Amino acid sequence: MKPQIAATGEAMATDTILSVNNIEVVFNEVILVLRGLNLNVQRGKITALLGTNGAGKSTTLKAITNLLASEDGEVTRGSIQYEGEDITEIGPEALVRKGVFLVMEGRGILQDMTVIENLRLGAYSRPKAKLKEEIEEVFRFFPRLKERTGLAGYLSGGEQQMLAIGRAMMAKPKLILMDEPSMGLSPLLVKEVFGIIKRLNRELGISILLVEQNANMALHVADEGYIMENGKIVLDGSAQELMDNEDVKEFYLGGGGERRSFKDIKSYKRRKRWL
Amino acid sequence: MKWELFFQLLINGLIVGMLYGVVAMCFVLIYKSTQVVNFAQGEFLVLGAWVCLALVTNMQLPFFLAFIFTLIFMVAFGIIVQTVILRPLIGEPIISVIMVTIGLSIFMQALMNWIFGNDAKRFPDVFGTTDVINIAGLNVEVAYLLSLVLSVVIMAVFFWFFRFTRHGLAMRATAFDQQIAQSLGISVKQTFAMAWAISAMVSGVAGIVIGIVNSVSNSLAFVGIKVFPAVILGGLDSIVGAVVGGIIVGVLENLAEFADGQYLHLGNLYTIAPFYVLIIILMIKPYGLFGTKDIERI
Repeated sequence: MKPQIAATGEAMATDTILSVNNIEVVFNEVILVLRGLNLNVQRGKITALLGTNGAGKSTTLKAITNLLASEDGEVTRGSIQYEGEDITEIGPEALVRKGVFLVMEGRGILQDMTVIENLRLGAYSRPKAKLKEEIEEVFRFFPRLKERTGLAGYLSGGEQQMLAIGRAMMAKPKLILMDEPSMGLSPLLVKEVFGIIKRLNRELGISILLVEQNANMALHVADEGYIMENGKIVLDGSAQELMDNEDVKEFYLGGGGERRSFKDIKSYKRRKRWL
Repeated sequence: MKWELFFQLLINGLIVGMLYGVVAMCFVLIYKSTQVVNFAQGEFLVLGAWVCLALVTNMQLPFFLAFIFTLIFMVAFGIIVQTVILRPLIGEPIISVIMVTIGLSIFMQALMNWIFGNDAKRFPDVFGTTDVINIAGLNVEVAYLLSLVLSVVIMAVFFWFFRFTRHGLAMRATAFDQQIAQSLGISVKQTFAMAWAISAMVSGVAGIVIGIVNSVSNSLAFVGIKVFPAVILGGLDSIVGAVVGGIIVGVLENLAEFADGQYLHLGNLYTIAPFYVLIIILMIKPYGLFGTKDIERI
């Protein structure tokens, strides 16, 4: 099965919750980071966005959530639509109220606050939240967080990631954007965290856009995937299609096909194929 | 050694120190959440005192009503200062922001001099504040006791606000990391305005209290200067540190007064003693008693 080259994303299917159409992001008015990026997230699905360091994955998420301004970046072309509504210019806090929540890279935990305070802030956008019951619900998902009464900064990396995900749950979002949840975690914890992501999706029906470098794990939980290089989508398809793709196996999953020598896997080769 | 005088001055120091602590808290609140060093904090306090006094004496309002109106006025004032003067400066070098707050301080001094005059005026005796009660052999003015109670109440409210309320937590989140706060749905602009509003309001309360204890005049802005050693002693970004620093400065002043009056006879040690101690403490603990270490990056 041959994966298709990136879809244009203009045709919006009814079950598309988020569509990013041909956006361009420029930093400091000169540095072009995203060059015409298209992607769609289907409602109720997990979509993985894969790519190497510096491909522009985190920038994509910040463009969607409008957090670029504080880093001197801006979307100069294209549009972003959430549930059929243009959100390209909307403020980050309005977006959270609409149900899009970003779990930032490095978890974005408020280290000098307690676990409970972090969770309470997750529900900041919903003033009428029933905090006590909802926090209990998060603790049902993450029993080990309940025992941690100290400051969040003293939690282990895995616990901090769980807290970040629990905090996202408190916002009761429809769509969670996750930036490298596996960063800095041991393989066992990575497995646990991805299990949780899958549960969020299956049990709570939250659509997820998962940005990852760990392509193997990400494609195992995802329904669909995009592969990104140099600010562009170079390949997309269902997770299964991507896992079966020879190039993806070779560059992202390791192994695959017959063993080749290092000189065959030069970078120009994949450029030639994909760009 | 006159122990009676010693204890009297110690009590005075504690009470005045608590007030310094309250103003220092306001200063730290602005610094911590918006990274602005507000040199006009003392003028905020004077403004609150003048407005309340004008409402009581010129408009003949009952004190309680005047107090409430002053609070509302100070909240509006804080929001206007933040949105009109400081919001356009976000992202500008720290020195520009400092120059603007110094400018604001001078501007407010001149304006208040013009509107309210240069003379000290007394509040009408609202609570029988000049009465003196005797506690364990020491004479304490009722006004001082009232100010002590009010300081403690303000501190308790601050504690409750930052620990348990949604907006208090949002302010702490913004102080910790603005991008994280935004990603949680917190409006940074709104939080900044709120920090200035609360700071101006509480400074106003402190101004009214000091105005009742002493009298209202433009020279009350000296509290804004006293707050610097208090805040730096406590470590610039710590609210607890501000309170402790305030109390230390208040007590030190009065102990210096005692030592000076009894033994040294140098004169005016009262005003400068806190600054000497400040220098010594900063030599030992450069980040203040409670400050976080990465503060120098700001």
